[in-house]
Amino acid sequence: MSFRKSKTAIAAGVFATAALMSAGAQAQQKQLTLCWAAWDPANALVELSKDFTAKTGIQMKYEFVPWPNFAQRMLNELNSKGKLCDLLIGDSQWIGSAATEGHYLKLNEFFDKNNIKMADFMPATVLGYSEWPKHTPNYWALPAMGDAVAFTYRKDWFAKPELQAEFKQKYGRELAPPKTWDEFKQVGQFFQGRVIDGKKVYGAALYTERGSEGITMGVTNAMYGYGFEYENPKKPYDMKGWVNSASAVKGLKLYKDLYDCCTPPGHSNAYMTEDLDAYKSGQVAMQMNFIAFFPGIAKDPQVGGDKTGFFAIPKGDKQFAQLGGQGISVVKYSDKKEMALEYMKWFAQPTVQKKWWDSGGFTCLSSVLNAPGFDKSTPYAKVFLDSMKIVKDFWAEPTYAQLLLAMQNRVHDYVVAGRGTPQAALDALEKDWEEVFKEDGKLK
Amino acid sequence: MKSFVLSWRAPAGASPRAPALARPGLSDRTLSWLFVGPTVVLLLAFNIFPLLWTIWLSFTNYRANRPGAETLWLGLANYRRVLGDEAVWENMRTTAHFLCWSISLQLLLGFGLALMLNRRFRSHSFWSTAILLPMMLAPAVVGTFWKYFFEPQYGIFNRIVEFFGGGGFTMLGDTQLSPWAIVLVDTWMWTPYVMLLLLAGLRSIPPYLYEAAEIDRASEWTKFWRVTLPMVMPFIVLALLFRTIENFKMFDLVDQLTNGGPGSVTELASIHLKREAFEKWRTGHASALAIILFVSIYGLSLVAVRFLEKVKQR
Repeated sequence: MSFRKSKTAIAAGVFATAALMSAGAQAQQKQLTLCWAAWDPANALVELSKDFTAKTGIQMKYEFVPWPNFAQRMLNELNSKGKLCDLLIGDSQWIGSAATEGHYLKLNEFFDKNNIKMADFMPATVLGYSEWPKHTPNYWALPAMGDAVAFTYRKDWFAKPELQAEFKQKYGRELAPPKTWDEFKQVGQFFQGRVIDGKKVYGAALYTERGSEGITMGVTNAMYGYGFEYENPKKPYDMKGWVNSASAVKGLKLYKDLYDCCTPPGHSNAYMTEDLDAYKSGQVAMQMNFIAFFPGIAKDPQVGGDKTGFFAIPKGDKQFAQLGGQGISVVKYSDKKEMALEYMKWFAQPTVQKKWWDSGGFTCLSSVLNAPGFDKSTPYAKVFLDSMKIVKDFWAEPTYAQLLLAMQNRVHDYVVAGRGTPQAALDALEKDWEEVFKEDGKLK
Repeated sequence: MKSFVLSWRAPAGASPRAPALARPGLSDRTLSWLFVGPTVVLLLAFNIFPLLWTIWLSFTNYRANRPGAETLWLGLANYRRVLGDEAVWENMRTTAHFLCWSISLQLLLGFGLALMLNRRFRSHSFWSTAILLPMMLAPAVVGTFWKYFFEPQYGIFNRIVEFFGGGGFTMLGDTQLSPWAIVLVDTWMWTPYVMLLLLAGLRSIPPYLYEAAEIDRASEWTKFWRVTLPMVMPFIVLALLFRTIENFKMFDLVDQLTNGGPGSVTELASIHLKREAFEKWRTGHASALAIILFVSIYGLSLVAVRFLEKVKQR
């Protein structure tokens, strides 16, 4: 190769590299990173967001973290003012801390400017996912993924004539999805240890996990049902006699009874995945889980289709379900806040929300939820609607992690380890929470 | 190469006691600092500074998740709170139970295996390697697969026990059994390590001591009691020291296996510390607990080192 030729080749190489680098940098510029938990709805969002990319040319990158590590990974990211996430679909309980510490962008102005009205969304989701302080019009997230705890059950087992007959003879009523916690216990006991299709099965898979939030997300459903309150509704942070009331004790005792009578052996540290495994492998007649998993179950080749039915949290003296779900927020440390807000504006559109529901996500937009025929659009739509009307959430205080772990410890110690009494567990919990609020300066 | 060798040769007639004076370039002292310097800097940056920082944090109300909040000096309040916390003492009792039983079993079994492998027999090499396998695995991996072994419905552990007529129990879900589950798994994993140390000890005993004992017509028991045990004792103390330090800070294996449950019956001090520091974000409080644990391990290690020195002097 002559000197001139090699010079030309080098120049072409340099030009090509520069062009590639510049294209890469531009692509980087027009790219958003969305962080969420790694689960079925996240896959649905990936599909949905392709429309956003097609419309705006903004590429979407995802950071999905498995549930057991999600909170720690994301809260570390926020605390260290990291720029990994431009958009974050964070848990409802984080809202207090994220707002107080300034991790999320306040959205009021953006909502006003773009005519996004919180009144258009289901009230429970606005309260749970967007507001801080609660019951004030200060918004830090757009309700993105409505969710609550509910149950699936083996419709095919419930329909077996011999089981129907035996159940009726024993309890004097039809074997049907339980409406009250007492009925739930009876159904659980009925299936516990029974052999169905040559396999030993058990009553119910409940949440019992100790490390993160599992048992709290489970036990509260029973405790709310009998009157457990986090605080005096008229006097914030006044917890004595509310957290450890006789009715709260009754709910806790019931959950322990259910754990003792009706769960599979070794179900002592189970949360979403373990409950799903127990149900999908045909071990249990009923499964407690977040509704977000129901589309996957409905499509499951082993237990999906006609084999599975869904029902909302049963009644005690009252009926409440633990709120799940998340709102989508713009991370304040992002360099691409404008683009992130553009995504949010796109996501809030009714047509996109409708498509979100159709693709397996759980919209919070009332116009979609109240549309005629919505409750029959999927086998679990009615349970979703019913459950979202009865939701209640855990503390969303900046100190929620401490409050949560205290409850995890006290409740697991009683329900799973069988130590002490329900009254002692809740008395101790009330003291733990008092101490947390004192430390935080909210109680004297 | 030649010029290098020549340049380091002492000049003719120079005193052999002072070759350094004649060397060109860097002095011995500079060279030694050059070698040691990076290590000292790294040690200061990654060990000493964090330790001093932790000590400082332990006197404050600092929270790593609320960096904007005012940090107040609390004096000894964190220490008083940690030492007055019944949960911490329960964790300490759990840790002590785990330490005592796992280390006793590992020493006993490790010594037995070392005595066995100290003798030559067929497929000796195969068994030596096979026994060492558990300690080559990562503790988190061991914790995870033992969790499956202990699974009451399909776990192999329950199947084996059922085969021998037992069964009907849940190893990790039972408050009586789960503290023993973590002892069992730790013993399974770390006995080979103890065996390896003690085998080195057994192999270092000079054969003439046994020959002398045989001339004196000493029985096998006397040879063991008077020769083997005293000679291996420094290695036993060393194994005790290493395993105590390791098990005091044991985290990953137990975290995977039981996550401290059921209830809090297997919540070791290290797991409690992690929860305080990185889940509850009580950084100041957790720092005080970390310092207390550090002092405890340091104290235990000092006792063991003193004992080791005494044993060596005998």
